[in-house]
Amino acid sequence: MTVKQYKEVLAKPLLEENPITLQILGICSALAVTSNLSVTLVMCVALTSVVSFSNLFISIIRNYIPSSVRIIVQMTIIASLVIVVDELLKAYDYETSKKLSVFVGLIITNCIVMGRAEAFAMKEKPFISFLDGLGNGLGYSIILIAVAVVRELFGAGTLMGYEILPLVSNGGWYPANNLLLLPPSSFILIGLMIWGIRAYKTDQIEPNEYKLSKHATAPDLSKRELNV
Amino acid sequence: MFEHYLSIFITTVFIENIALSVFLGMCTFIAISKKIDAAFGLGIAVIVVCLITVPLNNLIYNSILKEGALAWAGLPEANLEFVGLISYIGVIAAAVQILEMFLDRFVPALYNALGVFLPLITVNCAILGASLFMIEKDLKFGESVVYGLGAGVGWAMAIVVLAGIREKLKYSDIPDGLQGLGVTFLIVGLMSFGFMSFGGISL
Repeated sequence: MTVKQYKEVLAKPLLEENPITLQILGICSALAVTSNLSVTLVMCVALTSVVSFSNLFISIIRNYIPSSVRIIVQMTIIASLVIVVDELLKAYDYETSKKLSVFVGLIITNCIVMGRAEAFAMKEKPFISFLDGLGNGLGYSIILIAVAVVRELFGAGTLMGYEILPLVSNGGWYPANNLLLLPPSSFILIGLMIWGIRAYKTDQIEPNEYKLSKHATAPDLSKRELNV
Repeated sequence: MFEHYLSIFITTVFIENIALSVFLGMCTFIAISKKIDAAFGLGIAVIVVCLITVPLNNLIYNSILKEGALAWAGLPEANLEFVGLISYIGVIAAAVQILEMFLDRFVPALYNALGVFLPLITVNCAILGASLFMIEKDLKFGESVVYGLGAGVGWAMAIVVLAGIREKLKYSDIPDGLQGLGVTFLIVGLMSFGFMSFGGISL
């Protein structure tokens, strides 16, 4: 394993193989927790640490896991890590933990964690698996933070609770776009973000099942001969 | 009594739809909604598993994990809530495994229809989410049965509707970068705005 390989494993999931916009993994929490940047940051840290350490531990014991019960073994490791994160959060940041409610628990079933354990950590050595987990966690965080910044800045005029765009209701000039604070708007934002990424990385474009044929224009009626 | 159960059911299916209002199970929701048949099969599997695991987890929570629940065993101060997550996911994984074996042995037709989707369901956050919301709402056993059914039905309905839209959409002329995943996100966003209109209903 060379340093170059390490770098590649770490950097690829950031944009090229982003877990959210390409692999369709871990979308649930991306939608529900992004209306407020500080909550989003806590969620990102929680997920990134769980996915890196679960990759590390699963990779360490990968040769001793019988393949027929591997899902349960992976689940147990992931669930224990999530319980640790959940208890830490309750102890040191109770307010945020209340706001995240069930979503910390749902890291267990976040497909990024399970997917990376299955696809990478079961085959590779511990250190590089850890880096893969870290890279995927960061790739997830980038999208989440981008969505949260747009939603909080344009939806409420604040970032991390500090006022950036003074609202009309407080005597400023910015009329808040309340639509962005509603959860469905994050779908639209992620959809547009995928469009942006694919305009830049054209190899990610999915092929069309049906193509419009080239000669599908309407027949030119003005040149038609009249049959009287 | 009946009205109370009915209102829980309607609330979970429409007002708090597990896919379009609380956004759970989104990965499978988006990945397996290209064809109506597949979406329908997965939907039925989710209904069945939700209906089994939510009441089971309710029993486990109320009779073992809850604070003071172990009083019958002489441990009135025991509070095992911190092992909650690991036991719920264990129950779900085990229930799915048993259901798979049971269907394979006794209802092979259904097993063949659901076969591929059952293992997927263990990691579907809609199932674990339904259990966690059930704990958060502090439901009784009877209510949890209705809640499990409602959560499953709501999710199944949403994925079938999305698959229907996507089947029609594949004939349309969509910009290259938006093709596939991108446009699906936009549709789900619009569907979810539509479901928000149920939010104003009070039962």
